[in-house]
Amino acid sequence: MNDRPAVAIQGLSKRFKTGVTALAGIDLDVQPGEFISLIGPSGCGKSTLLRIIGDLIDPSDGTVEVNGKTAHRARLDHDYGIVFQEAVLYDWRTVSKNIALPLELLRWSKEKRQQRVEELLRLVELEGFEDNHPWQLSGGMQQRVAIARALSFDPALLLMDEPFGALDEMTRERLNLELLRIWEASGSTIVFVTHSIPEAVFLSTRVVVMSARPGRVAAIVDVDLPYPRAARTREEPRFFELVTEVRERLAGGEVAA
Amino acid sequence: MTTAALQRRAFDWGPALLVFLLGIVLWQALVVAFDVQDFLLPKPTEIAQTLWDERSSLWHAGVYTLKEALGGFALGSSLGILSALVFANFRWMGTAFMPFAVAANAVPIIAFAPIFNNWFGLLNPFSKMAIAAVLCFFPVLINTLRGLTSVDPRAIELMRSYAAGNVSVFRRVRIPASLPHMFAGLKIASVLSMIGAIVGEYFGGPTTALGVTILNASAYSNFTLAWAGIVLASAFGILFYGAVAAAERLTTSWDPSRRAFRTE
Repeated sequence: MNDRPAVAIQGLSKRFKTGVTALAGIDLDVQPGEFISLIGPSGCGKSTLLRIIGDLIDPSDGTVEVNGKTAHRARLDHDYGIVFQEAVLYDWRTVSKNIALPLELLRWSKEKRQQRVEELLRLVELEGFEDNHPWQLSGGMQQRVAIARALSFDPALLLMDEPFGALDEMTRERLNLELLRIWEASGSTIVFVTHSIPEAVFLSTRVVVMSARPGRVAAIVDVDLPYPRAARTREEPRFFELVTEVRERLAGGEVAA
Repeated sequence: MTTAALQRRAFDWGPALLVFLLGIVLWQALVVAFDVQDFLLPKPTEIAQTLWDERSSLWHAGVYTLKEALGGFALGSSLGILSALVFANFRWMGTAFMPFAVAANAVPIIAFAPIFNNWFGLLNPFSKMAIAAVLCFFPVLINTLRGLTSVDPRAIELMRSYAAGNVSVFRRVRIPASLPHMFAGLKIASVLSMIGAIVGEYFGGPTTALGVTILNASAYSNFTLAWAGIVLASAFGILFYGAVAAAERLTTSWDPSRRAFRTE
């Protein structure tokens, strides 16, 4: 690990053409290997912030650096993988071919692709489904394919926009555990947008609490729960204290806005 | 195919086949019961008899016309797909040209048949192909373009996140995503191409053509032969449509919207 931040955001604002100011004066550093959650009320611009980090939207003001490069350069260098709330799988591709798509674009050989896909299928526990098409999978399985696809080229940074938001509670908790296992195994940095306070606390090293429009960083809560975390982590008193702290910060942020 | 699959298929097609046979029987019974004259409506048995007696000349005429239809279909559809690709890639061209394409689609193109016969020659099969091609062009263009441009924006965003170039986005996302729409256009075009070829022949063509056969038979009050010609034209049209539909099934079996109405 080097000491330059995985993501460095300075003085970032975003105004849309409609006149809406989505983000104002965001400063945030994410260290390599961190698991950062962005949480905030609807419309606070957390998805917008994620897209700006991914160079899918341009900021109006301020700078974003990813691994010491401009966000644009980082995107061209395949420095990050992204997962959306919906799996956004390509219907005409099988599970394997969906996972292998970024590798095709990186011109990996067929043998290397196949080998990597097998590893990933094991990682997200989807062995035996490689030849299925997306419509044959449940929502949770589709999302696991999307995660495998984002991890396929081993990006240093994983951007996740409410990836489990559309799933039922049980699937969500199981995938939370799986994601932590994957994160600990891969050593990558994760920026994770969520609506769920317990989810943010359970997963993250730090929770970034954002205020309502225009989105600002209202507070940053350090989560000092030890890893590896397990289902029983959710029952620890410290977990509840942190959930309460994030909730109070969120309420404060809304009042301030 | 397994026995179960065969049974299911028989079950799927059974009702339609039954309605078809009942329709033929009813037709025959009504014509006999009300003593309808041949020139108004011949009996199905007579049409079948004529189809058999004239099988050689009818078959040749049918194949001749089918070739015109296929040629026009191939030409019009490939131009339609190509234009859709260009318009989808250069949006300004789409904005500039699509209003005219939509307007031209409302023009009764069949009315141009005598002009095309004049341009390319009455006996030249290309004059019929041209009509069929123009008829095929618009539905294929409009449907394919819709397919290419109505892709889920996040699917495109994802490709951008992989730093994929424009060619890759087309090859890997836009074109495969457009296939169901494109086939909707091609299915319409398959029917239109047969109509275009036959109506084109009504305005003049070689006597070996099916349209001319039907026209001449009517002119000489041989309506049973005209009906036989129509039945053959319909059969070829349905077969052509079926072939396009089969190609669609082979290439878009992944499409979830196709599954929505499956009963299995």
